[in-house]
Amino acid sequence: MNVQFRPEPAASVSVKTAIADCDIHPARATATELYPFLAKRWHEHLETYGKQAYQGMMEGPPYPKAQPNASRRDAYPPEGGPQGSSLSFMQKQLLDPHNVALGVLNPLATGQGLRNHDLSAALATAVNDWQIDKWTSKDSRLKGSIVVGNEDGPTAAAEIRKRAGDKNFVQVLLLSRNVEPLGQRRYWPIYEAAQEIGLPVGVHAFGFGGNPITASGWPSFYIEEMVGHSQCQQTALASLVLEGVFERFPKLKMVMIEAGFGWAPSLTWRLDKNFERLHSEVPHLKRKPSEYIRDHIWWTTQPMEDPERREHLFELIEWIGWDKLLFATDYPHWDFDEPSRVLPAGVSDANKQAFYLDNAKKLYGIA
Amino acid sequence: MTRHVIAPVDELPPGTRKFLTIDERPIAIFNIKGEFFGLLNRCPHQGAALCEGPLIGLAQSSDPGEIEYTKLGEIIRCPWHGWEFDIRTGQSYCDPKRFRARAYPVNVEPGSSVVKGPYVAETLKVAVESDYVVVDL
Repeated sequence: MNVQFRPEPAASVSVKTAIADCDIHPARATATELYPFLAKRWHEHLETYGKQAYQGMMEGPPYPKAQPNASRRDAYPPEGGPQGSSLSFMQKQLLDPHNVALGVLNPLATGQGLRNHDLSAALATAVNDWQIDKWTSKDSRLKGSIVVGNEDGPTAAAEIRKRAGDKNFVQVLLLSRNVEPLGQRRYWPIYEAAQEIGLPVGVHAFGFGGNPITASGWPSFYIEEMVGHSQCQQTALASLVLEGVFERFPKLKMVMIEAGFGWAPSLTWRLDKNFERLHSEVPHLKRKPSEYIRDHIWWTTQPMEDPERREHLFELIEWIGWDKLLFATDYPHWDFDEPSRVLPAGVSDANKQAFYLDNAKKLYGIA
Repeated sequence: MTRHVIAPVDELPPGTRKFLTIDERPIAIFNIKGEFFGLLNRCPHQGAALCEGPLIGLAQSSDPGEIEYTKLGEIIRCPWHGWEFDIRTGQSYCDPKRFRARAYPVNVEPGSSVVKGPYVAETLKVAVESDYVVVDL
């Protein structure tokens, strides 16, 4: 049965103070919306040959999603197009009612991870220009993420340097599942350039590197993909630490986006314990893995960890640090976190202020 | 408890739903195969507009490999996180101990009784010759 009478977006019971939303997914209203930012040569290429990623699936996600476009059913813009494709509706449904002072855009499934590196780079540039044109120049609350053709380090680094000092962007965006684990040296030019222009690198769940969502093959269910993101993120983070990325790029800051944070303590304990015994294998590391993680890593909250007893959540956050969490909704995706509902009672005003806004403003350099 | 007149029956044919606000509460009234149901249009989980979700059936399994699909069209699935509620009772199938959607009784009353009875017709004129959908809040 279809909805017959579409109501206005529900007036939200939201947090009273301003917040930062560190994971918003802007969408294209039409398949050709990037064309004005792409050379004519690529229009014809896309229509003739398409986009080939490092995976068997040519089109669409490897798993069906729980809602259409993996997005909230109430987020279709009234003027048509998929969820997240209208600035005015995003303002009405997300930015205004939830008092969002800073919204970080993370465009997905754009130019990342294509086997044709020239196409990947052209699409990344187009998506970055599109973020300015359609979003950040029209609403100063929104800030973009520099998308790069991530499998070609030098070209990606050039795209990052091209955006140096551009206040439309607050981070460089990577995904967690690439051709190789993220600490490998093919990706080092990206970290070098990000450190040079002073922006953090966000690592968002998903990716097109051709590897399954689990470390031991393709699982049956979407729910396994949903929980599998934390495995991929652990692989990425362990690789970044153990390859010595933070030793080589000591000012680099990274954000773990949409992959949870409940696993951070156990991964770190295990890394530290083995580091004591296997230090001679990784002599380029001067400090314990936990120290690199504590100093270089920030975490977005959505999908928020939700243990039965709130003390467990507080202990977990105590370990990670209230200064390292960045609130995020994941709008317009279906597993959206409503800002007034994510924290249980018993959090101090100072910690709430850090969690909802101040950590993000500080990390992303927003006054 | 106040009885509110929602609409003439003809305006809410089977397969439709109507959204309205009564006493500042967002309400949705459904006509499912001629039966009427009322729900608070706010998901008890995180506050989404629950009644914008699709109506589905209930998939349950008594033993591995045995799947029963019942209550066809009587389970409302939240447009955000997909939580499922029984439209007849508001019962949650995700976390029945902690969460329940607020269900309101809906009836069809003849216009003659609506004119006389303890009803509030929020926005419509009532004619005695029709039947009306009425919700108790």
